Amino acid sequence: MRHLMNPLDFNVEELDRLFDLANDIERNPAKYAHACDGRILATCFYEPSTRTRLSFESAMTRLGGRVIGFSDANSSSAAKGESVSDTIRIISSYADICAMRHPKEGAPMVAASRSLIPVINAGDGGHQHPTQTLTDLLTIRTMFGRLDSFTIGLCGDLKFGRTVHSLVNALSRYKNIHFIFISPEELRIPDYVTDMLKEKHITYEEVIRLEDVMPMLDMLYMTRVQKERFFNEEDYVRLKDFYILDPLKMMLAKKDMLILHPLPRVNEIAVEVDDDPRAAYFKQARYGVFVRMALILTLLEIEV
Amino acid sequence: MLNVGQIEQGYVLDHIPAGKSLNLYNHLHLNKTDCTVAMIMNARSDKMGKKDILKVECDPDMIDLDILAFLNRNITVNVIRNGEIAEKKVLVLPREIKGVIKCHNPRCITSIEQGLPHIFVLADEKKAIYRCKYCDEKYSEKAVKN
Repeated sequence: MRHLMNPLDFNVEELDRLFDLANDIERNPAKYAHACDGRILATCFYEPSTRTRLSFESAMTRLGGRVIGFSDANSSSAAKGESVSDTIRIISSYADICAMRHPKEGAPMVAASRSLIPVINAGDGGHQHPTQTLTDLLTIRTMFGRLDSFTIGLCGDLKFGRTVHSLVNALSRYKNIHFIFISPEELRIPDYVTDMLKEKHITYEEVIRLEDVMPMLDMLYMTRVQKERFFNEEDYVRLKDFYILDPLKMMLAKKDMLILHPLPRVNEIAVEVDDDPRAAYFKQARYGVFVRMALILTLLEIEV
Repeated sequence: MLNVGQIEQGYVLDHIPAGKSLNLYNHLHLNKTDCTVAMIMNARSDKMGKKDILKVECDPDMIDLDILAFLNRNITVNVIRNGEIAEKKVLVLPREIKGVIKCHNPRCITSIEQGLPHIFVLADEKKAIYRCKYCDEKYSEKAVKN
C-alpha cells in the first residue's frame, strides 16, 4: 500500500505514468466513469479549503466513487481532542482512501503511519502540498510540452507557501531548470529548500523586484500571501500587496511565458491579466481534477 | 588528586565538556542499567582546562553510543577490555535520533499529538544537520540542550 506525502514519493518514471494516465482521462473521460464504483474517498479537512476539497470530491465522483468527510476541524472529533492517529484508524474502517488536510505539519505522515488505507497529503500547514505540485507539473508538461530546461520564477509568499516548497522539490529532479525566487525579505524561501538546491548543484537566485527578472522567465508561479499563516495581523497587512501582476508588468514578459497560480488569488494577479493567453491558472485547476483522478486510481491500484 | 580505580571492561568517555557528564549519563540511559558508573567532574585538562570523564563498567556491546556523536563529536570513547584500552571508538552520526531533542516548530504535529515520539533524521552528514521527520524543521548540533 502506498501513500502520497511528498511529491518525491513518486519517482520521475512513476510521475510520467501518472501524467500519461491523467492525459488519457482528459481525452476519454467516459472510459473511467465507473472505475471507482463502490469505492469511498474520505476527505478529512481540518482547516478550510474549497478548491482542493472540491477537486478531490469531483475527481472521485467522476470516477464513479463516493465521498464522505468533514471540512472543518470543529465539525470533527478533533474538536473533542481526538488524535490524528485515532481518527485515521476509524476512517480506515469507513473508506478505501483518504485525503487529509491539516494545519499541523506532518499530520498526514502520522496518519499514514497508522492507516490501513492509502493516505494523500492534501496540504499540511506551511509544509507540503503534493497534489497541488502534481497539478502544477501536469499543467507545465501539458502546456509547456516538457518538464526540463526552463527558467521559472516563483513570486510572493515563499516562506509559508507550501505549494512553492513542494514544486521546487519536485522540479529539482528534472534537468537544466533555473529557479528565481522573488519575495520580500520577510517571506524568503526557507533554507531547507535552498540547501537542497545547493546540494544538487541547481542554480537559483533570490531577488526582491519582479520587474527585474520578468524578461528571463519561461514561467511565473504567483502565490497569495496567506493570512492564516501569520501570527500577527500587522505583518500580513504590510506584506499582502507587495506584488501585483498587472498588464504593465506582463509587457516585460516573454510572449509565451506561462502564468501559474495555485489559486485562490486575492489581488496578486490583476483581473485584466485573466484574458491574457499566457494566463494558465484556470486551466491549472482543471488539470488538478485529472491528476487527482489518476492519483486515486494509482493508489487504489485500479487498472482500466 | 582524586583516584578512581580501573575498570575491567566497559567504556571510558573522556574530554566531556565540564559539567555535561550528567546529561550524557541521562542520554545514554545509564540510569536504566545496573552498570557501575564513575562520574568525574571538573577534572584538570591540558587541552580543555576542565573536563568531565565517565567510566562505565559494563559489557562493551550493551550501550548504544551513536547518540554521543550527535551530542558532541569531540568526546573520546575508549573501549576497555580486560583492564586495557582495546579500541578508540570512532563516533558516527546516527541516521535517526528518537526522543533526545524536541521539535520547536509550533506548527509541527508533534506539538499537539500525544504520545508521538520526536524523531530527527540526519539530512546533512558534513554539517551534522538533522531535520524533524514530520515538518523538516532544522536542528544543528548547537541547538541541542546539553
